[in-house]
Amino acid sequence: MSSLPVNRQTALPGFQESDNTAENPGVRAPLVLNMNRFGQVTRQVCQVAESKKPPFAWYAAFTISLSLVGLLGFCVNYLIFTGVGVWGLNNPVMWAFDITNFVFWVGIGHAGTLISAILFLFRQKWRTGINRFAEAMTIFAVICAGLFPGIHVGRVWLAYWLFPIPNQMDMWPQFRSPLLWDVFAVGTYFTVSFVFWFVGMVPDLATLRDRATGRIQQFAYGLFALGWRGSNRHWHRYERAYLLLAALSTPLVLSVHSVVSFDFAVSQVPGWHTTIFPPYFVAGAIFSGFAMVVTLAVPARQLFGLKDLITLRHLDNMNKIILVTGCMVGYAYSMEFFIAWYSGAMYEGFAFINRAFGQYWWAYWIMVSCNVITPQLFWFKRIRTSIPIMFALCLVVNIGMWFERFVIIVTSLANDFLPTSWDFFTPTWVDMGTMLGAFGLFGTLFLLFCRYLPMIAIAEVKATMPQANPHWSGYAAHDGHGHAGDNSGGWAKPSFASPDALRSPGSGPDGGPSAP
Amino acid sequence: MTTLSPTTSPLIQGNQIPRKRLYGIMAEFHDPAALMAAADKVRLAGFRWWDCHTPFPVHGLDQAMGIKRTILPVLVFGAGLTGTTIGFCLQAFTNAASFSIWALVWVTGYPFLISGKPLISLPAFIPVMFELAILLSALSAVGIMFLFNGLPRWNHPLLSNKRFLRVTDDRFFIVIESRDPRFFASRTEQFLKDLGAKTVEMVEA
Repeated sequence: MSSLPVNRQTALPGFQESDNTAENPGVRAPLVLNMNRFGQVTRQVCQVAESKKPPFAWYAAFTISLSLVGLLGFCVNYLIFTGVGVWGLNNPVMWAFDITNFVFWVGIGHAGTLISAILFLFRQKWRTGINRFAEAMTIFAVICAGLFPGIHVGRVWLAYWLFPIPNQMDMWPQFRSPLLWDVFAVGTYFTVSFVFWFVGMVPDLATLRDRATGRIQQFAYGLFALGWRGSNRHWHRYERAYLLLAALSTPLVLSVHSVVSFDFAVSQVPGWHTTIFPPYFVAGAIFSGFAMVVTLAVPARQLFGLKDLITLRHLDNMNKIILVTGCMVGYAYSMEFFIAWYSGAMYEGFAFINRAFGQYWWAYWIMVSCNVITPQLFWFKRIRTSIPIMFALCLVVNIGMWFERFVIIVTSLANDFLPTSWDFFTPTWVDMGTMLGAFGLFGTLFLLFCRYLPMIAIAEVKATMPQANPHWSGYAAHDGHGHAGDNSGGWAKPSFASPDALRSPGSGPDGGPSAP
Repeated sequence: MTTLSPTTSPLIQGNQIPRKRLYGIMAEFHDPAALMAAADKVRLAGFRWWDCHTPFPVHGLDQAMGIKRTILPVLVFGAGLTGTTIGFCLQAFTNAASFSIWALVWVTGYPFLISGKPLISLPAFIPVMFELAILLSALSAVGIMFLFNGLPRWNHPLLSNKRFLRVTDDRFFIVIESRDPRFFASRTEQFLKDLGAKTVEMVEA
């Protein structure tokens, strides 16, 4: 069986993308296509890290990302050496691009934790195809997020004042401030996400270690695999710990964006001081995060030949989540407006009318059309399963969610209580450069991750294959049917769901390698 | 590691002490079902120092091996309570206390009166208490798990076995260690062969 060739899309002439999105009650849709051996999964994932050279597109993307990192470095240094005046901030608008980017990136991270933790608790097995790189995305997004508050404090060299470090001045942080809660929330979020990601990766790093041929690879993967040898006594505690991490990350991820929303909601500024903010921010974070996962998954599966592991069904499921959370966000937008009127608070009412029809009307309507209107297209299955359309729609959502944070932050500040102090925020080139640079940093880290680490949770994907079930009838019964590499084609056929096939997988007319 | 074929090896004849110390005997299986059935029998045979090695957690194998539930969650709960307590004490001391304590250096709290809130304003302290509870629980869950598993451990007799390399790919192994009181090289080897193992092999220490 080890002699079977790796089933790569490119290797099969005239290969059409397998469609596993059909709903067939009684039969679980396959999550791994065109493969029925564990070894095939291993090879398909490992070939990315083991190939001598990544595809050309990788080099192109890496060059662009790395030059944007250069731009980021320049902008940040220019800011530090000159002062925050190089940004377009002015007296009422003291938060603008910096905090917009911070909230945007923290939000992006939330999809990764949702996939790894919440979908795990709900036993959604399709998460295994996407959780690893979604978690990586979380970590890199939180790194980008952490950059912005760090540089916007002004005197960057005093950023350690954020932490309760004993000092000769006996000066402590003020723990009743939401900004300090943010330090703890985002710090904890980064640490726990990182640990979660790393722990999940240990068995897969062991796979890379055991397959490595070069000394450097053997050493590097071996070092971080921590000597993992798949012992079941280890797996037992490992699974417990993983479950605990998922159970801990679930309230954590909800708390993080709630705390981020407290930065606004706890203040008195009209347009910020609303109780709907925590759930609204969390829904928005998941919405934008999933859009980013799809944005990254579509090119990654194409580029590295992972279409059998990140299948159309995975993308379809994610698009459904985008639709749901997009509706939640739309509900929050309308509810904010309703409460602004219903509360009878004059300033609140003005803030919202001003948002939609004031000096930033365009930003507001970009936000509404990108986040509420266009995602409605995902009601149609043809759109949810069309790669180019979903990619375009997810880019639109990314843009819309960036504008949402901009609208919340800047429109509320620019026109606050005193009309005499009203002003208009215009970004400078440093604002723009830092924002683009953060995308470059994110891209660079993500591309390095794709190149050198297992992009898909190999062990977890194997565990979701029907062959992993000890009660599965075994290869011997199927080999005779000549069904190797055919566990997707037949599953949707009506005959497959015949009671006979369901009762005893393996004896059905289709051979049944894909029966759960 | 030299692969010792079971029939010609001097190692197993009459259970004599091998030239190199024996770590155990390793049986290879090709699918989870066979491994499960075999694991059940190894447990019933009364072995204690043995283990299954799999590329992914096999559902139901814990029962087949008779593994007791780990106490990890209890310890993690303790860590969570510790985190909450630390969170409260940290905030109450730094923002509400006016005395000094010794925490590596002498530090003094500062009663911070802000926006008319009481010095110990519990609702405002909850986010940090919560985050520290999560932080300590998560770190201890992972730390204790690796500690109990005896990891990291970069050298292990099994890791230098060529055949065992595929445990992280698509092979399933049962290893019975030589330190088990019921271990007797030739008999244990035959026992594993009878369980339907594809290959049975000695592993040197």
